[in-house]
Amino acid sequence: MPEDIIIADRPRHQLATRIWHWTNALCLLIMLMSGLTIFNAHPRLYWGEYGANDDYAWMAVGSSPTQAYLRLGDTRIDTTGVLGNWQDSEGRTQTWAFPGWATIPSTYSLADGRRWHFFFAWIFSAGLTLFMIRSLWNRHIQKDLHMRREEWRPSHIWRSLRDHGSLAVIRQSATHPYNVVQKLSYIGVIFILLPLMIFTGLAMSPAMDANWPFLTDLLGGRQSARSAHFITAFLLVLFFLVHILMVLLSGPIGQIKAMLSGGQDRRAL
Amino acid sequence: MTIITRRKLITGAAIGAGGLLSGCDALNRNPLFQDILASAETANFVVQRTLGDRMELASEYRMADLSPTFRANGTRDPASPEYDASAAQGFADWRLRLTGLFRKPQQFSLAAVQSLPQRTQITRHDCVEGWSAIGQWTGVPLKILLDLGQLQDKARFLVFHCADRLGGRPYYESIDLLDGFHPQTILAHRLNGSPLPVANGAPLRLRVERQLGYKHAKYVTGIEAVASLAGIGEGKGGYWQDVAGYAWYAGI
Repeated sequence: MPEDIIIADRPRHQLATRIWHWTNALCLLIMLMSGLTIFNAHPRLYWGEYGANDDYAWMAVGSSPTQAYLRLGDTRIDTTGVLGNWQDSEGRTQTWAFPGWATIPSTYSLADGRRWHFFFAWIFSAGLTLFMIRSLWNRHIQKDLHMRREEWRPSHIWRSLRDHGSLAVIRQSATHPYNVVQKLSYIGVIFILLPLMIFTGLAMSPAMDANWPFLTDLLGGRQSARSAHFITAFLLVLFFLVHILMVLLSGPIGQIKAMLSGGQDRRAL
Repeated sequence: MTIITRRKLITGAAIGAGGLLSGCDALNRNPLFQDILASAETANFVVQRTLGDRMELASEYRMADLSPTFRANGTRDPASPEYDASAAQGFADWRLRLTGLFRKPQQFSLAAVQSLPQRTQITRHDCVEGWSAIGQWTGVPLKILLDLGQLQDKARFLVFHCADRLGGRPYYESIDLLDGFHPQTILAHRLNGSPLPVANGAPLRLRVERQLGYKHAKYVTGIEAVASLAGIGEGKGGYWQDVAGYAWYAGI
């Protein structure tokens, strides 16, 4: 029997999933770019409760009008032209850490960056909460993301990872139920990384620290929370890059169409 | 039906990315859109004030937790002839004036402020830029000054006037009465057991521990009780709010 017989009348991606997917993508992009504006105000990261210019930063962007570097621990990488020293659209040298094309707004304004960040943070948090509730209700989590017991076996996960070396298998994933690597990625993003963005963000707020001190304590202090916020954001960027690569390899037009109009649920009988 | 080719898709994505950037900058200049974005700041204020019993204390720390150096930011030295003259005599002639909607407007010398009941607290100072420093502050709880001055019923905000100027404008800040009467809100004159250094706001600076650093006015010369912030500065409640559009409520 052919593998792609339509057995269900439901779309591959339900309406709630599609609305959330695109709203969330927009929010994350805007929050990443406005977040880089905020980072530019103090391009140094620390561990612990406190951290300022005289304290040891585990990560720092150093800039000057002639050259710039990124320091990770004791390793210095020259970033002249990329980070900390770059040309704006009018050819002037700027010494903010992240360049204008990566920030919102494109010229430095901490106040504006914060406005964009917090406005979309509300939409992002409300969207994630509603999506989680709806996905339990419409059984998206139970049907599509739930890991069956045998799927947790390391050998199963390893096999699924190796399968991603084959273009044919990646192509198939567009019409098949999610494989283990997909499930783990989506679970990791939806239930770990995205909530972590919210909680590490809240832990940096002095008023939240007064209301919910356990949040900042749990993360090891305000500067640790800020570092974790930054690291988690870049794990999401990493997910985004792999996600886009997989969409491109598995047939981008069909995938994007399915995420817009729902597509069809095709499963092997 | 329109056929989407790969080339169209890639061109579209490139235009989209470029358009997003210039579009964001255009939106950023639009006053209506700025107001929409700023509505989130109101939401932050309402939600954070609703979360607890409104008198929750900021975390306090031990001496072992102090930052080795407490960073100074903003004005590090007011450097006006009047300020320098006052500093030269250990601020013996410094006056803190209670003005505006007080039933008993009055002024205090630094010695008078120091003779009132004091509070010492080790707290974390969180700058809007992202850095933090832990310091030990000693000063008079603002509530004691407010009780001596006796606020009129119309009073809603406390405006802190300062001796420093940034870019030619006087620095000022304001808080509401809830923060004004909060037990950790103090006018500090000591940092880490020593008289407050000039860089950190000598002789008197505000500590309003549940908000970001720019609310903690330095070089405080007066507290004005007002019914509305409209008549002060450009009406947004503080120097950075007027000049750069920072949020008046800085709890996040």
